[in-house]
Amino acid sequence: MNTRQSRIFGTSVNWLKRHFVVIAGLLTLAYLLLPNIIVTVFSFNNPRGRFNYTWQEFSTEAWQDPCGVSGLCASLSLSLQIALWATLGATLLGTMIAFALVRYRFRARPAVNSLIFLPMAMPEVVMAASLLTLFLNMGAQLGFWTILIAHIMFCLSFVVVAVKARVMSMDPRLEQAAQDLYAGPFQTFLRVTLPIAAPGIAAGALLAFALSFDDFIITNFNAGSTVTFPMFVWGSAQRGTPVQVNVIGTAMFVTAVLLVLVSLVIGNRRNRHNA
Amino acid sequence: MATLTQAPPPVAPPVPEKRPPRRRGRWTPYLLLLPGLLWLFVFFALPVIYQASTSVQTGSLEEGYKVTWHFATYWDALSDYWPQFVRSVLYAASATVLCLLLGYPLAYLIAFRAGRWRNLIMILVIAPFFTSFLIRTLAWKTILADGGPVVDVLNTLHVLDVTAWLGWTAGDRVLATPLAVVCGLTYNFLPFMILPLYTSLERIDPRLHEAANDLYARPSTTFRRVTFPLSMPGVVSGTLLTFIPASGDYINSDLLGSTDTRMVGNVIQSQFLRILDYPTAAALSFILMAAILFIVTLYIRKSGTEDLV
Amino acid sequence: MKTTKDTTTPGHGGDVRLTGIGKTYGSFTAVHPLDLTVPQGSFFALLGASGCGKTTTLRMIAGLEEPTEGTVHLGDQDVTALPPYKRPVNTVFQSYALFPHLDIFENVAFGLRRRGVKSVKKQVEEMLELVQLGEQARKKPHQLSGGQQQRVAVARALINHPEVLLLDEPLGALDLKLRRQMQLELKRIQTEVGITFVHVTHDQEEAMTMADTVAVMNAGRVEQLGAPADLYENPRTTFVANFLGTSNFIEAEVDSKSGGELVLKAGGGKLVLPEARNSAPTTAGGKVLVGVRPEKISLIHADDAGEIPGGRNRITGRIADSSFIGVSTQFVVDSPVCADFEVYVQNIDRDARLAPGAEVVLHWDPAHTFGLDAAQDIDAGVETVEEEVV
Repeated sequence: MNTRQSRIFGTSVNWLKRHFVVIAGLLTLAYLLLPNIIVTVFSFNNPRGRFNYTWQEFSTEAWQDPCGVSGLCASLSLSLQIALWATLGATLLGTMIAFALVRYRFRARPAVNSLIFLPMAMPEVVMAASLLTLFLNMGAQLGFWTILIAHIMFCLSFVVVAVKARVMSMDPRLEQAAQDLYAGPFQTFLRVTLPIAAPGIAAGALLAFALSFDDFIITNFNAGSTVTFPMFVWGSAQRGTPVQVNVIGTAMFVTAVLLVLVSLVIGNRRNRHNA
Repeated sequence: MATLTQAPPPVAPPVPEKRPPRRRGRWTPYLLLLPGLLWLFVFFALPVIYQASTSVQTGSLEEGYKVTWHFATYWDALSDYWPQFVRSVLYAASATVLCLLLGYPLAYLIAFRAGRWRNLIMILVIAPFFTSFLIRTLAWKTILADGGPVVDVLNTLHVLDVTAWLGWTAGDRVLATPLAVVCGLTYNFLPFMILPLYTSLERIDPRLHEAANDLYARPSTTFRRVTFPLSMPGVVSGTLLTFIPASGDYINSDLLGSTDTRMVGNVIQSQFLRILDYPTAAALSFILMAAILFIVTLYIRKSGTEDLV
Repeated sequence: MKTTKDTTTPGHGGDVRLTGIGKTYGSFTAVHPLDLTVPQGSFFALLGASGCGKTTTLRMIAGLEEPTEGTVHLGDQDVTALPPYKRPVNTVFQSYALFPHLDIFENVAFGLRRRGVKSVKKQVEEMLELVQLGEQARKKPHQLSGGQQQRVAVARALINHPEVLLLDEPLGALDLKLRRQMQLELKRIQTEVGITFVHVTHDQEEAMTMADTVAVMNAGRVEQLGAPADLYENPRTTFVANFLGTSNFIEAEVDSKSGGELVLKAGGGKLVLPEARNSAPTTAGGKVLVGVRPEKISLIHADDAGEIPGGRNRITGRIADSSFIGVSTQFVVDSPVCADFEVYVQNIDRDARLAPGAEVVLHWDPAHTFGLDAAQDIDAGVETVEEEVV
């Protein structure tokens, strides 16, 4: 190796060193997104046979008729409904708990903290099985309501954690300032506490929605004959996967990305207007 | 005070008692907690307690079950299914380590190096949640398919010979081997590692890096002595949020593995939903729970982070 | 203009009266029961090191802290039981506590809106003009500089025309130059609006520059209260003497009394102290700490000792150290009666002989001497907050 070569080698090694984190991070990101790319590509496949695992030929057939498989869109709509209600319930209950935990000192705090932590620290299959036993013993009709109950239960803790982090980092003097400026307890909460805690609550709600929409294990145990979207996918994985499943998956992914991007752009623009 | 255009706000008449209970809040925390905790108690704690009693019952579906303190169920379950237990812990631990190794650079990238791309990368980490994880796991079937490009490359590089020798893969297949299951587990729980890591990294003041550099620390030393220790809360909660669900998972083993990669989750699921042997399923659940609690407590003690929630 | 219906609670309510007010947290006493009256329209400063109870006292006036005992009166009205949002008192918080989610306009309008005032636009704009922030009305707090944020905090409180404005270390986050500027600004605003200001600070210069009356607090008690010049010239405790500026102390013994003057023995010499400036017990043979400020002392080379006029207190010593700081030269003099005597000499005519090692005579007018009880710690209050932090 002559000096010129070794210098080039040296600078590229330096470059690699300096950008190691960026390269490794982007590789991880690629690993995370690879399946989504496959899902998207295969949504344009025209498979032979019942399984959609190998590429045959390009087709937009499935995109033109996403609900063409019986039960698919019904299960999707059911999943969205459950996710919506579960998000609402878990966010409400979880926010209340988070405020109580951050704002008040009371004797039962450690016990409450562990009751919040345990659902996150328990394998889903154990929770699912336990809940099923309870429902069976109560003679409950498995279906929409049992799924909703279960989803609120396991989303609750995640909302508490998200909201708690935000409320904890909030300067208590802001609420005192509001009180000092003639805002009673209710006004203080409405005008100061809630708006400042809003990003934490939104993050908790988003997480709850994602967890509920994507849940399979607990739902599978407690759904009875009701079929949510993940259960439909599971069923089809045993019998044969219609391309429409990929279409829905791609559409959900793109919609989620676009929704968040749009809200970010709007937020940015509003900030710039104020500036 | 001549310039005042407005009188001060009306003031309530003085309260006669000397020490009024201004902090009316004595019961407020309990009122706030009540609905949520009641929910958790009825739909989480009670079922788990009930599960505990199921595990020591005997009987049959037709005749009903009775609590007979039949602890032998635990022993039988353990002796029948110990390979699945061992496998669960091994797979989950491997996936957790891989998640940490893969997730840390990405979390670091988002926290310190992403600049205006931060939000976009963040969205890309979370958005796959909205494509059902089952669909995404099925995509791994395509990626790792026999004779597919990934397997071909690994074959050409003789990587598969090494992994086969280690027992991670079998022949020239990746699918239906432990490697595929661990790969799927890693993929599925990676966001649960990245998010807490990012949260704790983001809290680190970037000036600390400058201070460390100023005090003669090379970038690698800065990372070892400053950044990594400060991100420990994220590392701890990330590993827990990865290890715990991974050890109870049965989806990845079912979709990407074979009968030789069955984990405890698979056994519990089939005992509950197919074989309908409730006491054995309950006992298995409790053994798994106890094992996890044991490992988690040990881990938390070791890492010195008590307040996880 | 709104008028209050209740004639027993006059609109602009007179003095702030704290009666036997105290605060304990468990076994820790933050504020020992104290009585304090802040006259209407005055600029009152609570001065002390961190943890001395000054902020707790302020928060009890605001209603943000509930006193363990005692009462708070605004004029004739007992407000002890009133929550903060019902008190005609507003606070400028330490680090301002501006609402991050509201713009400057809405921050300033907050109090008016909560009291149900419908058209706030004109008032808010006027108030923003007063603090020279008219242009910034639609910015968010984090887009402003520290000084601007501070002015928003003042505007947000003042727009409510409170009977009392409470300021909790309002200038602590600003750099020195800006702090000086804001001190004058706040003083100007106070004179203009005539509202009672109660100002909490650990900066003795700030307290003396701004306030009409200063209460020096130490360990939950008010050590001394008075006009800044009074406190400085005639401190009653070593804490006050040391916390406000620098003091030299000589341990002396009472020798005799005559014509309103005390004659004290210290080392070999005698010192004269006006009885009115003494706060120590004066039985013959009793111990007194004789104090004198460094800038009151004249320094002369021992060779010229004959030039000192009669009737002055004098001490001999040797210069241990000298530092030239422009307007003055600061000497540390080693004397038999006091190890580190500090002397500040104006740089008018500099005597080249006054260098370390030189034998010197210190002399000062007895009227500048003050006497303190010798039973206290000479070094109390020497360390200020900044020094502790560093």
